[in-house]
Order: sequence, then structure tokens, then C-alpha cells
Amino acid sequence: MIRIDSVTKRYPDGTVAVDRLSLEIPDRSITVLVGPSGCGKTTTLRMINRMVEPTEGTILLDGEDSRRQPVTTLRRSMGYVIQNAGLFQHRTIVDNIATVPRLLGWGRQRARERAAELMERVGLDPSLAKRYPYQLSGGQQQRVGVARALAADPPVLLMDEPFSAVDPVVRKGLQAELLRIQDELGKTIVFVTHDIDEAITLGTMVAVLREGGRLAQYAPPADLLSNPADGFVEDFLGADRGIRRLSFFPSDALELTTDAVIPADATAARIAAVEAPHLLVTDADGRPLGWAAREELTAGDLRTDRLLPYGRPFVPGADSLRVALDCAVLSPVGRAVAVDGHGRVTGVVSQQTIGEAVRAAHTAGRADEQKVAG
Amino acid sequence: MTGFFDIPSDLQHSWAGLIGLHLREALLPVAAGLLLALPIAQLCGRFRWLYPPVLGLTTVLYAVPSLAFFVVLIDYTGQTELTVMIPLALYSLVVLVPAIVDGVRSVPDETLAAATAMGFGSVRRYLQVQLPIAAPAVIAGLRVATASSISLVGVGALIGNQGALGNLLAAAQKYDRPELAVNAVVTMAVLAILCDVLLVALRVLLTPWMPRGGTRLKPAARRAEITPEGAVR
Ligand SMILES: Nc1ncnc2c1ncn2[C@@H]1O[C@H](COP(=O)(O)OP(=O)(O)OP(=O)(O)O)[C@@H](O)[C@H]1O
Ligand SMILES: [Mg+2]
Repeated sequence: MIRIDSVTKRYPDGTVAVDRLSLEIPDRSITVLVGPSGCGKTTTLRMINRMVEPTEGTILLDGEDSRRQPVTTLRRSMGYVIQNAGLFQHRTIVDNIATVPRLLGWGRQRARERAAELMERVGLDPSLAKRYPYQLSGGQQQRVGVARALAADPPVLLMDEPFSAVDPVVRKGLQAELLRIQDELGKTIVFVTHDIDEAITLGTMVAVLREGGRLAQYAPPADLLSNPADGFVEDFLGADRGIRRLSFFPSDALELTTDAVIPADATAARIAAVEAPHLLVTDADGRPLGWAAREELTAGDLRTDRLLPYGRPFVPGADSLRVALDCAVLSPVGRAVAVDGHGRVTGVVSQQTIGEAVRAAHTAGRADEQKVAG
Repeated sequence: MTGFFDIPSDLQHSWAGLIGLHLREALLPVAAGLLLALPIAQLCGRFRWLYPPVLGLTTVLYAVPSLAFFVVLIDYTGQTELTVMIPLALYSLVVLVPAIVDGVRSVPDETLAAATAMGFGSVRRYLQVQLPIAAPAVIAGLRVATASSISLVGVGALIGNQGALGNLLAAAQKYDRPELAVNAVVTMAVLAILCDVLLVALRVLLTPWMPRGGTRLKPAARRAEITPEGAVR
């Protein structure tokens, strides 16, 4: 465990970048430092690997003062990833990744084999190995940065806004990839970002810092959203924190209805029996085709080419309440379509039903907090 | 009839011999200048306040006429090649020191931070990261220093015929053979161009990691990822 113990950093010009910060960073999980520009995130991160020395306070690694070991040894045991990857432009991709193993005295062959292994792990095509950084896209460079940090299998990974220089689509991909890699490797990751969405997506714990390097709140993302410590945190979370919080509630408790779901070859009697104003028509395998308005239907006249689009379906259990709500909001008839893992319809759910589930979830959340507080 | 390449015997060298001598007197000082400039530039990088006075000093040295240097040095080193080469080495500093300092400073902060974070010590970081990335700038400096050194060697003719090809200029006057002067100028120009070509070749060899103008590798490399036929290429 990394323990930051009332650490202060005052730069020579008098700037207090970090002010009596204390954090316990749990092992094998992602801890995110988030906050506005200049609030001391980079400084905090760099104090962990001693690129910046604290003015006051100590940083303990598994209970031992980080100053007890030689600084280069310390750094080689911590992977470091930065914005724009900071790749060595004069070295090939494979040699970039092999850097720390080589510093640790591995043979060239073994280091290169390890590098090739890591390229695969972070999703880089082996054909890129002999290229130079300028021949890679920003997203690929960022993957190389991650691979390079992982090369010597360090227990700790420090990441300073690693994905902020790539476009949103690539960033989403890189975030998903990081979570997947973390599932496999279980590193202790300290991740700096100024993007609260990224913090909530990635963090097991999120530390919100405010100007002047003071800690505003340190909590799991769901708690942060439900219970911001003060106005600053609330503002920082943004206007839609209630909706965002729904990401943390599962959608499998939603009550699905199936009476408005009919196969394309349904009989007139079956159609007439439906009370809802819209029917979801499915194909022979049970996959959704689209919505039909009931009053426009006459028996035996189910025109599948005139259906309204069914929008994006959600998978109860796999998707959150937020996704379900989003599907319902986007649906032309105000109902979200639920499917199983194979894309077969398991039912539909109205905005109203989702709204009730949201209220129930929030109430349950508050009850939990009261229990904790009491 | 004496020909273009017939060198008066008092010069004690054939034409080829003069070329060898000229190259030695021109290039050794540049090499010595480089060896001197590296630690000076390193110090200037470490202590930033040192850079402006060092630049000032090299500029002042460059402004001292070579003749003045010869007069001072001749008491210590006599009428030898060394007397010619010492000023040339000092002159080369005026381009080499800034070339190295600027080259090393051009290394992006992120690259430096990454190197430090990965556990490079400062010596290793200088040798393995900063200098290689500064190589193109250093070689650009070497090109200027080399060309100027090749032309300046000729001044050595003033002290006991130590000017190599430059001696031909004096001989041209003495024997009233203007073709010797033409020979000297053309040969020096050709030598300068050849050395420059070699330095450019060296840079190309040392920097496979630089985007090359013209070939525009980047878009091609990107395309290669998308199109299947590109991936085969
Ligand atoms: N070397 C330095 N000397 C003096 N002040 C510094 C130095 N480095 C950072 N600071 C100051 O310390 C404060 C915190 O800087 P830091 O880089 O840690 O912020 P940050 O949270 O990472 O910001 P950003 O999101 O913009 O990267 C800022 O006010 C900055 O100007
Ligand atoms: Mg920062």
C-alpha cells in the first residue's frame, strides 16, 4: 500500500502545490487523482516516485519510507505513463518498451521477447515493432507508453493524464483496455486526470483535489456522486451527477413486460389483444425488428418495412440503469427494448418504470449512507 | 610547360600530399573542438546562467584575427601545424557549443520526464537520450565548422608554409602561375563539398528515427493499418 502522510510541497518560488495531503492508496486497484488545472495532481504523482521531493511529510510504501531505497531502484519498480506518451523518438517501438528491462540488466534478447509479449497485451500489432514513434498514431503511441511502463512488471503504475491528448473515441477504447489489463494484472495504479468522467469510469477510489493542493474528498465514485462533500465537489461533478450515478445501479431489477412483444407472423387475434399503443415486432428468432403503432394495424397486414426503429437495446444485468434510461429516452415510443446476450428480446420497459426504479435506487442508496453514518 | 597539378618543389608536397595535409589541418581542429564543446555544452545545460557568458567568450575568440593567434602561439609551438590548428579548434567552438546546447535543449520535456521516471541516472540519460536526440543539431553545427575550417587552413601559409593548399596561393604569386591559385580554390571547394556530403550521410545513418522530408512516411504508415493491401506492403 502507498500511504501519503500529511505531505506538503512548496516549490522554491513559494508556490504551495500540495498542502498537507494524506491518502491511503489501496493495493491492486485504480486510485484516481482528479481536480482542476494547477491543483497539484502531477506534483503529488511525482512525489510518489520522488521526481519531486516533498517539503514536509512522508510517503510510505508498504510501511517503509520511500526515501530508504536508492531513487533509481524505486523508479524502476514503478511504471510511469504520461500525456503524449513521452516516447524516445530515437528508438524503435520494441526498444522503447524494452527500456526498463534493459536498465535492470536483462539481456537484449530477453528484453525484446518481453516487449513483444507486451505489445500483444496492449493490443499493438507486432508489425509495428520496428517502427519509430513518429510513424504511429497518437492512440498507438499511448499504448506503447502503457506497454513500456508495464515492461518490467512493476507492482505500481503511475499515470499522468495518459489519455488526454487523444480523441474521445480513442480515449474510450484506451480506458476500456486499461480496465481489461487491470483485471488481468491487478496493479496498484495511481491515475491523474482532470476529466471527472474518466475518474468515475476508471477509479476504484477517487481523490478530488482543489486549488492550492488540498484534498476536497476521497471516496469511491458512487459515493462521490451521491454524497459530494461540499459545493466545490458538487460543481466539479457537474449538473448531471444524478444521471451519472445511475451507472452504478444494475438494470436487472427492472420489471420487463412482454405482452406488447409480438412475432411478425402474429395472428389478428393476438394483435387485437395488445393494449399498449405500440407493439414491438420480432423476427422468427425473437430479434427485434421495430415498433408498430397499434391503431394503424389491421389483421394480417403487419408491414415490417413500415416499422419505427427500435433504437439501441440494453442487456439487463450487463448494462446499468443509466444505459436503460438512455435507451428509453432515445426510443421513438418512450420504451427501452431489453435483449439477452444473443440479441433476442426479453421484454420492454417504459420510461415510467425506469423512473420508479431510479427513485427506489436513490432511496436505497440514502438508506445505506444513513446506516454507515449511524 | 608546367601543368595544373605540378606543384613547385619548395612546397615539399605533391598535389595529393597537400590535400592530405589540408584535411588533417582542417578536420583535427573540428574534432578537438567537438571534444571540447561537449563538456562545455553539458555545463551550460546544467547551469543555465553559464550559457550567455560562454557564448560571449566564444564569439570574442572568433573575432580575434588568426594572425594575432599565430603571433602569440608561435613563441610556444613554433612554425608548426599545431600553431594553425589551435585557433581553428577555438573558432569551431562558436558554432559547436550553441549547436549542442540547443540540440540537447530541443529534447521534449516529456521525453526527459519519462527517462527520469524510468530510472535513468543523469549520465546515462545524457548519453542515451539527450545526445542521440541532439545528433541532427550537432551534425548541422559540424557542417558549418568543417566548411569554415577547410577555408581557414589556408591562412597558415602566413607562418612558414603551414597553409597546405593555401600555400599554392603564395606560390602562384611567387612563380607567376595563376593556375595554382585556381587549383587551390577549386580543390578547397571540392573538399568542403565532399566533407559536407559525408556529414549529411552520417546524419542520415544516425537518425533513422527522423521523419524524412519528401517520403512523408506518416500518412503512408497510417494507411497501412487500414487497408489490407497496405498491410501486406
Ligand atoms: N517546478 C515548479 N516550480 C514552481 N511551481 C511549480 C512547479 N511545478 C508546478 N508548480 C506549480 O504548482 C502548482 C501545481 O502544479 P501541478 O503541475 O502539480 O498541477 P496539476 O494539477 O498537475 O495541473 P494540470 O492539470 O494543469 O497538469 C501549480 O500552481 C504550478 O504552477
Ligand atoms: Mg499535471
